[in-house]
Amino acid sequence: MAKLHITTTINGDATEFLCEPEQTLLDVLRDELQLTGSKEGCASGDCGACSVMLDGRLVCACLVLGAEAAGRTVETIEGVARGEELHLVQRKFLEHHALQCGVCTPGFIVAAKALLERDTDPSETEVRYWLAGNLCRCTGYDKIVRAVLDAAAEMRGEEAGA
Amino acid sequence: MSESVKGNGAAKALRWVGTRAARPDGVDKVTGRARFGADLFAPNMLHGRVLRSPHAHARIVSIDVSGAEKLPGVKAIVTRDDFPEMPSEWSPLGELIVNYHDMTRNVMAREKVLYEGHPVAAVAATSPSLAKRALAAIEVEYEVLPHVLDPVEAMRPDAPLLHDHLFTAGVDPRPETPSNVAKRVQFGHGDVEEGFAAADLTLEREFDTRPVHQGYIEPHACLGSVSEDGQAELWVSTQGHFSVRGHCARLLGWEMSRIRVTAAEIGGGFGGKTVVYLEPLSLALSARACQPVKMQMTREEVFRATGPTSGAHVRVKIGATRDGRITAADAELVYQAGAFQGSPVQPGAMSAFAPYALDHVRTVGYDVVVNRPKVAAYRAPGAPIAEFAVESTLDELARELGLDPLELRLRNAAREGSQSSYGPKFGPIGMAATLEAAKAHPHYHAPLGPHQGRGVASGFWFNIGGETCATMNVNEDGTVGLMTGTPDIGGTRASVSMMAAETLGIPLERIRPIIGDTNALGYTFVTGGSRVTYSSGMAAVQAAEDIIGQVRARAARLWDIPVEAVEWQDGMVAPAGANAGEFDPMSLADVARVSGKTGGPIVGEVAINAQGAGPSFGTHIVDVEIDPDTGRVSIARYTAIQDAGKAVHPSYVEGQMQGGAVQGIGWALNEEYIYDEQGRLENPGFLDYRMPVCSDVPMIDTVIVEVPNPAHPFGVRGVGETPIIPPMAAIANAVEDAVGLRFTELPMSPPRVLRALDEQRERLQAQAAE
Repeated sequence: MAKLHITTTINGDATEFLCEPEQTLLDVLRDELQLTGSKEGCASGDCGACSVMLDGRLVCACLVLGAEAAGRTVETIEGVARGEELHLVQRKFLEHHALQCGVCTPGFIVAAKALLERDTDPSETEVRYWLAGNLCRCTGYDKIVRAVLDAAAEMRGEEAGA
Repeated sequence: MSESVKGNGAAKALRWVGTRAARPDGVDKVTGRARFGADLFAPNMLHGRVLRSPHAHARIVSIDVSGAEKLPGVKAIVTRDDFPEMPSEWSPLGELIVNYHDMTRNVMAREKVLYEGHPVAAVAATSPSLAKRALAAIEVEYEVLPHVLDPVEAMRPDAPLLHDHLFTAGVDPRPETPSNVAKRVQFGHGDVEEGFAAADLTLEREFDTRPVHQGYIEPHACLGSVSEDGQAELWVSTQGHFSVRGHCARLLGWEMSRIRVTAAEIGGGFGGKTVVYLEPLSLALSARACQPVKMQMTREEVFRATGPTSGAHVRVKIGATRDGRITAADAELVYQAGAFQGSPVQPGAMSAFAPYALDHVRTVGYDVVVNRPKVAAYRAPGAPIAEFAVESTLDELARELGLDPLELRLRNAAREGSQSSYGPKFGPIGMAATLEAAKAHPHYHAPLGPHQGRGVASGFWFNIGGETCATMNVNEDGTVGLMTGTPDIGGTRASVSMMAAETLGIPLERIRPIIGDTNALGYTFVTGGSRVTYSSGMAAVQAAEDIIGQVRARAARLWDIPVEAVEWQDGMVAPAGANAGEFDPMSLADVARVSGKTGGPIVGEVAINAQGAGPSFGTHIVDVEIDPDTGRVSIARYTAIQDAGKAVHPSYVEGQMQGGAVQGIGWALNEEYIYDEQGRLENPGFLDYRMPVCSDVPMIDTVIVEVPNPAHPFGVRGVGETPIIPPMAAIANAVEDAVGLRFTELPMSPPRVLRALDEQRERLQAQAAE
């Protein structure tokens, strides 16, 4: 079966790849581009471990076909830090020890960052429902929610100070 | 967030142990850089896939791979013919033991398929889609047999028989006919009949629990590579790469030295990654193709063919005096093992009554095979099921006696010197301390809202030590490389390095911890049994002490004074007093810099079998709220209290308690396998196998109690397993408190609770009409 030639933008870089029509965006990121920070936990959109931004919208990369990335912008966990500077959400996950095994962490960070870009003052309940599409089996979510709430607080503090 | 209750151990001031230091692998894990099982690629790599049985129980008449072999891009196919027959022989694996006769059949079906999802063939091809197409071209002829899923049904004489040569062990005389009952075990002491005769009140209850999956987010994955000369490398997500090497060597008939196994970062295991599934297949395929073969399971395969822990039927009988002293305790536990013997009924039977000091106690357990995937260890294997039954019955007992449930437990709590229900006498333990902490906690005294109820329950786990190696290399600049062999599943690089830094008296940042492969250090037992911080910590401390001894000797040589005249203080060597000589103290860096002149590199190596693991007890308090219209039970408030011995890194101790509690909440309220009439799993995905999500749970408060374990240099007990034990009973007890209904069957899912509420309403209406 002939492969498709796709041109897209990933983490700010113009990117080309070849993919089979049935390959998902997650398959392409991991197997064709070796961007393995996005994880496959279920391939059915239930665990959120493959969360990425597609044209600024939070999606599960396992529910998007690779071919659908044509002409669009994709942001993955690999694009979250800027140089050696971690993103605030990444820093807060470390400060609050909000990860144990760490396999769900990239998805949580992409999802939490998306939340804070829309709303810098979410309630605990809003954080919990926003992150309800991301499964973590290690932490019981407590420290994850605290990390996100603390990131929001710092974000608001910075804005107030600016 | 957390408070800490100190035990009686007067600790000296510690610089690292007990702090919330940054974890060394943290940045890799928040940036996506960390390489988990499926994240490795090799040049010229093939993709492997497994053909699995569509039947719960069937004889394999024939397997024809000729059609698949002809497909272009298919490089290797393996079936039962590619694995040698194995003798029936037992080998330790975590808290469980395994049998290679059974393991080779679980990895690849031989005479029969014994569960839906049982592997029958594996292929390696140049792309994942081609491998999938090749599976469709393999023809398997089955003779379908009757199947059995329930352990109690499987015990009946007329039940479908899984294995013709399985005779119940542990009964005298040995049975003359085979059955599905693999083993009977018994524990206890005293005379329970005498104890029940002395009771004022005796309660007997029966409980049912369902198999639940460990639910790690990362599916099993590995990459095997065998070269033309037979040398093999395996990269794998596992809790124990040394066990993987041992099992693969046995199953393939290879010498161990041929196989080098590297542990990838592991995306959760909870006991379920102490087992081999794909690993021997990937090596066998690679040996045939002489190309690397990567294999990863889909989530559906994880559900159909790996884990879970047992479903069970448990009968509990407890007698007590009016003042709440337990006079006798008796339990019978029937655990399903899945398709092959080896359920965790033994640790279940040993732990059932372990939190209590009892004069008369007996537990009898049965290990029963059924047509489901072979069970694997799951966090405190066996104990949550047994202790759910016991802690539920105790709650009813407290209610009948008019006693506070914590008070009833305190009156019977095991203490230092008590004979445990499984044999040995306890050393210093924290059971009573967790109960006292629960009693004193504001949560226990807070008012409840409408439709709310409160429950408590306790839990016990043994914890283990075992074979453990550590190597510590002092670099030329005085920094330290620390290598251990226990995969880091939840922050143990941090906790082990912190103990090493504390012992050496150097900044934590100067230690770089890695997990060594199977050729880099000696045999090390799995990450499991809550043993890593205990055992690898002990080995790392001993390696640091070895380094200190060597550095003192080096300084003695440099200063030309006796080694006894050199002291180690705060990470420096110094002369011991004025008589020893006038020398400036030297740091580790000072000594390392000139180590070439004093005997060569400074390396500390330790190989131990860590003994003296300290049991861990926990007590949980939960408030539930029940929606009378839907039957949904939600968690309004949760507090987990546990004796950690010493919390080396309190955040990760809290994390274990919180994560275990939430896994227990899932077990209590939602998680179960649903099979159709043909024995096929109907919910092999996260949508329908409903694990707790973020919006299902509140914050989980924690209280860390510290009753030091005298056998460990810093007082450590294990913490990982105990917190999954209390939640199921605590929640059932809270549900009874809220609505007056006792659930003896898990999960307490909305349909089941709603049905019980409807029946209760009908009963009340009927009574009102009378």
